[in-house]
Amino acid sequence: MVEDEFFYGHKACAGCGGSLAVRIALKVLGKRAVAVLPAGCMSAVGFNFPQLCFANNAIISTFAGTASMLTGIEAGLRAKGITDFVAVGFAGDGGTADIGIQALSGAIDRDDDILYICYDNEAYMNTGIQKSSLTPFGAKTTTTPAGKNAHGNLRPKKNMFEIVAAHGIKYAATASIGYLPDYMKKVQRASEIKGTKYIHVIAPCPTGWGIASDESVEIAKEAVDCGLWVLAEYKNGNYSVSIKPKNLPGLQTHIKRQGRFKHLTDDDIAYVESQRDSKWNFINQHWTVTQGGIK
Amino acid sequence: MSREFLSGNEAFAYGIRLVSPQVISAYPITPQTIVVERLSEMVEDGSLKSEFIHVESEHSALSCAMGANATGARTFTATSSQGLLYMAECLAYASGGRFPIVMMNANRSTALPWNIYGDQRDSLSLLDCGWIQAYAKDAQESLDLAILSYYIAEHPKVSTPFMVNLDGFHLTHTYEIVEVPESGLVKAFLPDYNTDNKIDFENPKNLAFSAGPEHNFVFKYKEHLGVLNAAEIISEAEQKFAPLFGRQYSGLAEAYRCDDADYILITLGTIFGLCSDVADRLRDEGVKAGVLRLRYIRPFPNKEIADIAQKAKSVAVLEKDISFGNEGTVYTNVNSALQKAGINISSLNFIGGLGGRDISEEDIREIFSKLRENNKGKTAVHFIGIEENG
Amino acid sequence: MKPHLRNLKTKWTLQDYPDSTAYEAGYLTSKNAGWRSVRPVIDAEKCTGCLQCYLHCPDGVIFKSGKVVAIDYDFCKGCGICGRICRLKAIKMEVESK
Repeated sequence: MVEDEFFYGHKACAGCGGSLAVRIALKVLGKRAVAVLPAGCMSAVGFNFPQLCFANNAIISTFAGTASMLTGIEAGLRAKGITDFVAVGFAGDGGTADIGIQALSGAIDRDDDILYICYDNEAYMNTGIQKSSLTPFGAKTTTTPAGKNAHGNLRPKKNMFEIVAAHGIKYAATASIGYLPDYMKKVQRASEIKGTKYIHVIAPCPTGWGIASDESVEIAKEAVDCGLWVLAEYKNGNYSVSIKPKNLPGLQTHIKRQGRFKHLTDDDIAYVESQRDSKWNFINQHWTVTQGGIK
Repeated sequence: MSREFLSGNEAFAYGIRLVSPQVISAYPITPQTIVVERLSEMVEDGSLKSEFIHVESEHSALSCAMGANATGARTFTATSSQGLLYMAECLAYASGGRFPIVMMNANRSTALPWNIYGDQRDSLSLLDCGWIQAYAKDAQESLDLAILSYYIAEHPKVSTPFMVNLDGFHLTHTYEIVEVPESGLVKAFLPDYNTDNKIDFENPKNLAFSAGPEHNFVFKYKEHLGVLNAAEIISEAEQKFAPLFGRQYSGLAEAYRCDDADYILITLGTIFGLCSDVADRLRDEGVKAGVLRLRYIRPFPNKEIADIAQKAKSVAVLEKDISFGNEGTVYTNVNSALQKAGINISSLNFIGGLGGRDISEEDIREIFSKLRENNKGKTAVHFIGIEENG
Repeated sequence: MKPHLRNLKTKWTLQDYPDSTAYEAGYLTSKNAGWRSVRPVIDAEKCTGCLQCYLHCPDGVIFKSGKVVAIDYDFCKGCGICGRICRLKAIKMEVESK
């Protein structure tokens, strides 16, 4: 990691998890990173002419076009005989799992030599907290209000990590801004692999999650520790868990400290716990699980 | 130079091989497919050294082209109809970002109803996207435009993406003898693409940024100037092209027997050929008929139209397009050119060929006979083969 | 190296603008200090220079200064993540005076 700051002076909300994910990845990748950011929080807060907050080469893509623009940049630089660079995309959950999934799938299919990082704050935060397909079950957003009839979002979170892995991608990983050393290792590892790489980093949004601005890192760590967000890698056809939680505790505290889940009933929380438990049952049977983080 | 029997699509692919873009990204759609197939074959056999990216949609085709262009690489893509509409967001993005990408568009009807045949609704409905729009009349001009377009688009005074339109099937799939120039000539004609609008590791850039109300306007104004400047650079390119390649083009418009014409039919694309034939026959019959082909719709040939129409009694605009609820888009633009020049003659609009319906010699004769009726100062929109038959 | 403040032009003429949407990277024209209601204050006695605050700052405004850390108050938004991450309680969030 370099001392240089590549994402600085941006206008992200105080305590923004997404901006931390972008900042840290760029510190790992350094000045040869060419960043592509689609329409979304990080482009909105980073590129308002004349306030331009990336010290490295960076470009905004169309909302759906993160991966396809990365493909073009990689091909263009290669055609010009430039080889020592990393084409890295930073797209949000909507930009990845909804509108950008087609271009991402195409890039993985072609095995383009790009690194795609999804900073997942679990809703369309830039436009004012609307549901995306990565919004978790029960979350209140401005388009999934919590009322008498519906307790927020009715659908579970789309499983992007395994969708991406199912392409037979060279490398995929999940990460959390609550475990930065793990995230940094994965960014580093991905940058050394030729072909398509995907990292999905959970990055809480204080505004959208209903938490204090100083809680985003802590919540992101807690999500891992309580087994809700699984830190894992996919490589050579194998899934492995990076950091295994010590136990699977009750989720009451973790869930209820977030404003977006305040309305959930005990039954709702029990449902979330059962979903988590069955996922871990599957993981324990089918994935490589080693204690103590990635080597 | 060699002489080859080529379709419009193939001629364009031959032109692109001569230009040798560093990155080609394309998605297949009828009737454009032959272009991407030929280019793929050329890459395979080593006669074209391009990165050919098999993108998964037209949106990605142009998004990928923008990414490549933002590295300073010369880029090409091609599409048609639904594909053009699907990439519409990227059209405005590419022109706003001043990425001089060249795209071939095979003019085709837009759904619904589904139809794969030629009309110009696809490109004309996207006239305001900030692209230069040229319309070829034959396979030779298609090949030449593949070369000329890069000179114009990449010129620092222009820096604007360039859409070359070929009438679907009428041109894309029609075979003609085409002169294919030597690659050395193209190298002598076309400078390398040089720009500051690119990723630069010595002097890093932030590109394709946002600009709020205070600044945004200026970027849009500059974008407008870029398209306007294209008129001068089109002329410059053609002057330089002619002695090297032996073909002289005529800028934004091509006039056929217009000098002393009383009745002028203004049109675009391949139908120009039939219109000129009809004008010849009418001349034989003593009718002073002329045809003006708009080679470019953006920048728009305001002056060329005014100069020609100055001495005419009436003009008609024949186009394969309709702006629903109003009139043909080209007609609107032509009337604006006449009005700005203070020319008060009747101008009639003829909408034909939608969904690929044939426009016959008789239809064109009918246009000229309507022009000869005394309709001073009149404007009217006619749908060929619809109004008359009920 | 990091993006830094430039002299902000108060009046932009047509010539000042780039012809395309490409401009010098890391060109800052405004601070973020005004966003803050609380400010982190480092207790140099307690700080051991472990750099956890530096690592976790979403704005990258904490930097190494000798054996301890210092803060670029021009761009600190006062989110408080540094104070919370510091196990030695060497960072206190103090209310801004005005």
